[in-house]
Amino acid sequence: MNPETTETECVFFPKIELQSLITLLVGDGYHVVGPTIDQAAIVYDKITSVDQLPRGWTDQQEAAKYRLERRDDDALFGFVVGPHSWKKYLFPPLTTVASAQKTESGWQMQTPEPDTTKYAFLGVRACELAAIAIQDRVFTGGPYVDPVYKARRSNAFIIAVNCAQSASTCFCTSMNTGPKCSSGFDLALTELEDGFEVESGSDIGAAVLGRLTTQSLTAEHSTMAAAARQQAVDQQTKQLNTEGIRDLLLGNLDHPRWKDVGDICLGCTNCTMVCPTCFCSSVEEVSDLANENVERQRHWDSCFNLSYSSMSHGTTRNTIASRYRQWLTHKLGSWENQFGTSGCVGCGRCITWCPVGIDLTEEVAAIRGDAAPKPPGGAA
Amino acid sequence: MTTKQPTPTTATKPKLAVFKFASCDGCQLSLLDAEDELLAVAGIVDIAYFLEATSRIKDGPYDITLVEGSITTPHDEQRIQEVRRKSKYLITIGACATAGGIQALRNWADIEDFTQAVYASPQYISTLATSTAIADHVAVDFELRGCPINQFQLIEVLKSLLAGRKPRTKTHSVCMDCKQRGNVCITVATGEPCLGPITQSGCGAICPTYNRGCYGCFGPATQTHAQSLTDHLVREGAAPAQLVQLLRNFNSAAAPFLEQSNRIQDAMNQEGDNRV
Amino acid sequence: MTQLEACTRLLDPWLAHTVRIVDITDEIADVATYHLEFVDPDIGKSFSFRAGQFNMLYLPGVGEAAISISSDPAQRGTLDHTVRIAGNVTGELARAGDGATFGLRGPFGSAWPIEEALGGDVVIVTGGIGLAPLRPAIYELLNRKDEFGELSLLYGARNPFGMLYTSEYDDWGRRGLSVTTTVDRASPGWDGNVGVVPQLLDRMPLSDPANTTVMCCGPEVMMWYTARSALGRGIPPERIWISLERNMNCAIGLCGHCQFGPTFVCKDGPVLRYDRVASLLRVEGF
Repeated sequence: MNPETTETECVFFPKIELQSLITLLVGDGYHVVGPTIDQAAIVYDKITSVDQLPRGWTDQQEAAKYRLERRDDDALFGFVVGPHSWKKYLFPPLTTVASAQKTESGWQMQTPEPDTTKYAFLGVRACELAAIAIQDRVFTGGPYVDPVYKARRSNAFIIAVNCAQSASTCFCTSMNTGPKCSSGFDLALTELEDGFEVESGSDIGAAVLGRLTTQSLTAEHSTMAAAARQQAVDQQTKQLNTEGIRDLLLGNLDHPRWKDVGDICLGCTNCTMVCPTCFCSSVEEVSDLANENVERQRHWDSCFNLSYSSMSHGTTRNTIASRYRQWLTHKLGSWENQFGTSGCVGCGRCITWCPVGIDLTEEVAAIRGDAAPKPPGGAA
Repeated sequence: MTTKQPTPTTATKPKLAVFKFASCDGCQLSLLDAEDELLAVAGIVDIAYFLEATSRIKDGPYDITLVEGSITTPHDEQRIQEVRRKSKYLITIGACATAGGIQALRNWADIEDFTQAVYASPQYISTLATSTAIADHVAVDFELRGCPINQFQLIEVLKSLLAGRKPRTKTHSVCMDCKQRGNVCITVATGEPCLGPITQSGCGAICPTYNRGCYGCFGPATQTHAQSLTDHLVREGAAPAQLVQLLRNFNSAAAPFLEQSNRIQDAMNQEGDNRV
Repeated sequence: MTQLEACTRLLDPWLAHTVRIVDITDEIADVATYHLEFVDPDIGKSFSFRAGQFNMLYLPGVGEAAISISSDPAQRGTLDHTVRIAGNVTGELARAGDGATFGLRGPFGSAWPIEEALGGDVVIVTGGIGLAPLRPAIYELLNRKDEFGELSLLYGARNPFGMLYTSEYDDWGRRGLSVTTTVDRASPGWDGNVGVVPQLLDRMPLSDPANTTVMCCGPEVMMWYTARSALGRGIPPERIWISLERNMNCAIGLCGHCQFGPTFVCKDGPVLRYDRVASLLRVEGF
């Protein structure tokens, strides 16, 4: 829904107009999803009002730690990314992909009608736009297209928001995915004190923008917006050296670091669940007791699960170390062969939400042999 | 399959038995709570021994035996051998049967002190010093975890066995369920200790969904590194005594939980630290 | 791409087609061949596959299993799967009788390099149940015998009772396939070869190794030794092909289970050129 267009002129709309945008999209039949505070974090959920946005809140993030904190202003988007990602809408954690009914003449097979719910995502960050673009390739770019993803994706309206800050876990500049939103959106906002600099990135975005009350952008607004975006760049401290990273990882499959990290890793799957690009799933049978009505339910799965590589005669990856190696070599290495990009967008979720704070950038540095990386798990 | 299978008669139906050892009966009740499914199960098996449900008793041997509870008395030590002999396929159900249950806390205490404190005439009490899992005494064909067990898992296991399949139960961590429900990790977001990352799924992540840490009802997840988590929680400021309490619950005697609680307790003893 | 593959790609790749068991042939212990027809005759007419491809056999309520097709690609109307009881799905299939229906998605995956082998010799090296995914290739090679040089099958089994399709060997031989068998353990009455199957490759005469194609299916360690023997005999690495097995859940490259480094075994494989995966084959737990 958001093919790239040539750079459009930015306009300005005052903060109050954001509610008009939400109301307009709701009126157009969209389910507007945006950031909101729940369970001590900023999550993505359905919203109908700007009052549901995390006004005046920010997030402090580090390995295995996330805390909400008050800001000293009323910013609506003054935070980075939380535990949720948009994949929960485009690639739902649980969905029915097929069903079977037993009849007099044998089994009848069906697939469900695609879910045509229209979602409008408000507050999509640059790294998340990159993640959506990656999942587009995974689910719709190959010989087989996933109907569930395709239906939801083609209806989605994307309102991106440029980051004006970075967390200590962010490394989008290393992955060339941000912090500035450059493509893949219908509208992109940069939050200013009194309003937003707005850029449309698609015809449909421009059409929506045309229905809002906007003003021309002043030079001052433009300077402030650029400064806000630059602040996110300046605050970024974490780095991942991606030079030759695929060959580095796939050429070091016997590196002792895999065992070290494998001894710390819990195999709990959190990193893969929060990752906005991880796409692994399993389909399971759910049937009535007579086994006459069967649904095939697809749920998120993870390469960290023992059963994930199990076959009737044995399990391919039978240790946590081998499973961590699979995840990292895939994410940063073989993903390139498969989909032409890295599988990592530098959002840092896997670092923040790892219960023991394993940091993939440190694992790569250790394998690269860079100076004295912290041992996994940190010194006691 | 479309091939018609004859409706089993009592004579040909597999015989199901349910035996109870030291336990609260909660896991057997899960089966009774299953209502519709239980009726369906009753239609395809011959419930031969299930005192919680019926006083009608049939002798063994039994095709499928469910064992609830742990071994805590010399009599039970004998009785479980007898149950095993009479059972073709023996399934232990619940944390008591699979790991000794909450009563395994006695393993850290002096049983004499307990009997003296609890009973007016302790000389009549015949008990073992420990509470142990059924698998410590006899061969077990399948373990169904949980305190209590998940009735849907139990029905799935029975359905599978009756259909001649290997039962499918999940072995992933509680975290995966949490994340799929959209729960925010309470340990990362608030610092509250949670055993979810090292605990096997089965409950659907009930506790974290209601903002409290997991206390490991379904026992340790497969191939996890419990020490990595406890070391991390201690580094982040959790009180060691709190972690010992967390680990010493319904699955206190399950190996990874047992090793960690003992290790932390030993370290505390060495440092003379008993703060909670 | 076959017509049905094109259809599957356009339509919902999760939609299974209902098939009916027409006949069951007991092969060896725990192995049977299921002769199947599509309940919808139009699907049956349009269904075609290439030797080496597989289907997902779907037993509703139990699950799916990836099983190679073992019939002649030129055969129309029915298709065969030779299946060993290994898990829940194949166990359930074994309990199904003639006339039973179940689901099928496919065909999926890559094919044996029939076109690449044109004009040269072909050596098929396999063991046990591994002959099933190669039988379609044997049929096709024999149907087009004039287009190839010498055709050989080197086949090993644990014992003489573990060999598939033994009643067909004479016919294959008459039509131009040299069949050599070996067993790990001889039993009374066996006067053939004893030893592992790569040894047959070490010993067999090869008139033109540079133009010989090896098609191999078996346990990974067996395929590795076979490739080593083939390389030792001067067969070029790009002419050695193997069929890999991994946990397959979706068969369409979307679920991630079957990954082997950069390879999705379900859609890039199962038939792969040895030199493209060789370096990863010996990495423990990869």
